[in-house]
Amino acid sequence: MAATTTSAPARSRRTHHATPPARSRRAARPRGGMRKRTGVDWLMLTFAVIAAIAIIAPFYLILVNSFKSPADYSNGGPLQLPSALYFDGIVAFWERVNFPEKVWNSFFISGMVAVLAVLISVLNAFAIGIGRVKGRSWIVLLFLLANLLPQEALLYPLYYMFKAVGLYNNVWSVIIVFTVIQAAFGTYLLASVYGTFPKEVLEAASIDGASRWQILWRVIFPISRPTLSVLVIFFFIWTWNEFLIPLTFLVSNENQTVPVAISMLQGDRLMDVTTTSASALLGLIPTLIFFLIFQRTLTRGITAGAVK
Amino acid sequence: MTAVPFVRPAKAKRTPLPPEEPLIPQRGGRGSGSYWLYLLPGFTLLTVIVIIPLGWNLFLTFTEWRGIKPPEFIGLDNWIQLFGDAKFWTSFGNSVWMIVAMVVVPTLVGLILAALLFDLVGRKFGGKTASFLRATYYLPQILPAAIAGIVIGWILRPQDGALNTILESIGLGALAHNWLGSPDTALVSLMVVLVWIQIGYPVVVFMAALQRVDPELYEAAELDGANWIQRFRAITVAIIRPEIYVVTLTCTIAALKVFGPVYVLTRGGPGTSTIVPAYYAYTEFFQSQQVGYGATIATALTIVIAIVSVLFIRAQNAAERKERAGL
Repeated sequence: MAATTTSAPARSRRTHHATPPARSRRAARPRGGMRKRTGVDWLMLTFAVIAAIAIIAPFYLILVNSFKSPADYSNGGPLQLPSALYFDGIVAFWERVNFPEKVWNSFFISGMVAVLAVLISVLNAFAIGIGRVKGRSWIVLLFLLANLLPQEALLYPLYYMFKAVGLYNNVWSVIIVFTVIQAAFGTYLLASVYGTFPKEVLEAASIDGASRWQILWRVIFPISRPTLSVLVIFFFIWTWNEFLIPLTFLVSNENQTVPVAISMLQGDRLMDVTTTSASALLGLIPTLIFFLIFQRTLTRGITAGAVK
Repeated sequence: MTAVPFVRPAKAKRTPLPPEEPLIPQRGGRGSGSYWLYLLPGFTLLTVIVIIPLGWNLFLTFTEWRGIKPPEFIGLDNWIQLFGDAKFWTSFGNSVWMIVAMVVVPTLVGLILAALLFDLVGRKFGGKTASFLRATYYLPQILPAAIAGIVIGWILRPQDGALNTILESIGLGALAHNWLGSPDTALVSLMVVLVWIQIGYPVVVFMAALQRVDPELYEAAELDGANWIQRFRAITVAIIRPEIYVVTLTCTIAALKVFGPVYVLTRGGPGTSTIVPAYYAYTEFFQSQQVGYGATIATALTIVIAIVSVLFIRAQNAAERKERAGL
């Protein structure tokens, strides 16, 4: 199966060279610009656009209904734009969860994790990728497994341990756990990046008398900075989006993260339909902002991963 | 990890085994031994946060523990109970549906959408249209899974939810339903939410992979009279096969672990109709206080994930070997 599918393009290329009419047809085509669009093309485009509309529709519903009064909602239905902008739902929810505090908690946790996890990943990857310590493939596998494990398998022992050392219901419990889990993935990725690090650069630095520690921070760190910044952003967003461990370890309101605090109030009797919509809106706004800010870095991350 | 992010294609690549000596030339008498110092912080943390709790969790599967008095050793009782526990099997049965919603449907639809955007929309309607559509598909992926659940949960509200209201306004009020609250539709509704969350991930990964394809290949195939379906099968699928493996593996693991959307949307209910292993373990830990039994469910889930990962990686290696042999 694999053999036939891979040879098919090669075959078609051969036949292409053997048929002159095909060539002339090709030359007649306008180069660079848009090709002729057939009815089928438009049909396919319509299909792709309908899929996009279906995916975007929930965002639209949340956006328009967060700015409606409950009366406006029941009169005009969910699809209409608000007849007058109504901020009470958003304000009510904002105050109820003390939204700035939750954003700060999430921001602090995710930021600390991103920086610490990258630091640990760099140290690990230096030993594995550059230092080539013995048994490194097993060490990489171990880190990878740590990342793949279901968090439930660690949950209760961690819960018990954090209670014992007084870190339960403290943001640092979550910071420590995710530093380890994200660094496990970072180690896996960076070890293979550092494994292909240009040897000449390292040799030159070594001849100039730089120690290992200096080479790490003055040569390897600056050169791998683009990869590291992508890791920082990913660790930040992944940690922001985490749910189970913050839900378990951060029980009191003033320590909770944005997703946990918002989920806590779902189904609350005091929340009318548009306030609930506003709660979803507040939950999705921060990640939308990150996406807009980091979009370019993230796209570079994909290509960096491909080149590597 | 919740939504599987898209930098992961790197996983598909195997680093060739490098030579044994460090990349920095040795000076003086110090061997590669001191490199272990750099592993010390990472290894210590890994031991305390992952390895010890994991071993402890395994030990707990052989005990009865309510979290207060010391655990009581009961041998294999938890495991025996687990195999006869209908609720546990239901939760694993639902995991299969989670895989359908998070792996099978998004990968198939993602393949078609990625090929459509790359091969057709990108070439005939411009790259900007294609990347705009791609960004739209990806949008739900950036949300925390719990928030994505809340967004759709709002639309599916039983009384005044957007979906029911819209159905009534167009005269289909008879179809209005307590989508998440009735056993016949809860699982399907949950699956729709997961498809919505997941769909953008394969599209983005597959489109990035398609950058490797020489556009002339498509043109040549087109000139030779290969239709869209033939080009799709012979070129698109063949070239992005490594990414298909990575996407299916990471998404399968994510599907087995799914927790956030279940917690915010249905809490496993009504009854056990949407219960999944992760949520079942969570309730055993913190609601029933059956820590030993919760640990057993969590361990069983870990074992299943490990087996799935090994099978996938072996299948991928076998396919790679076959491909090399065929060339």
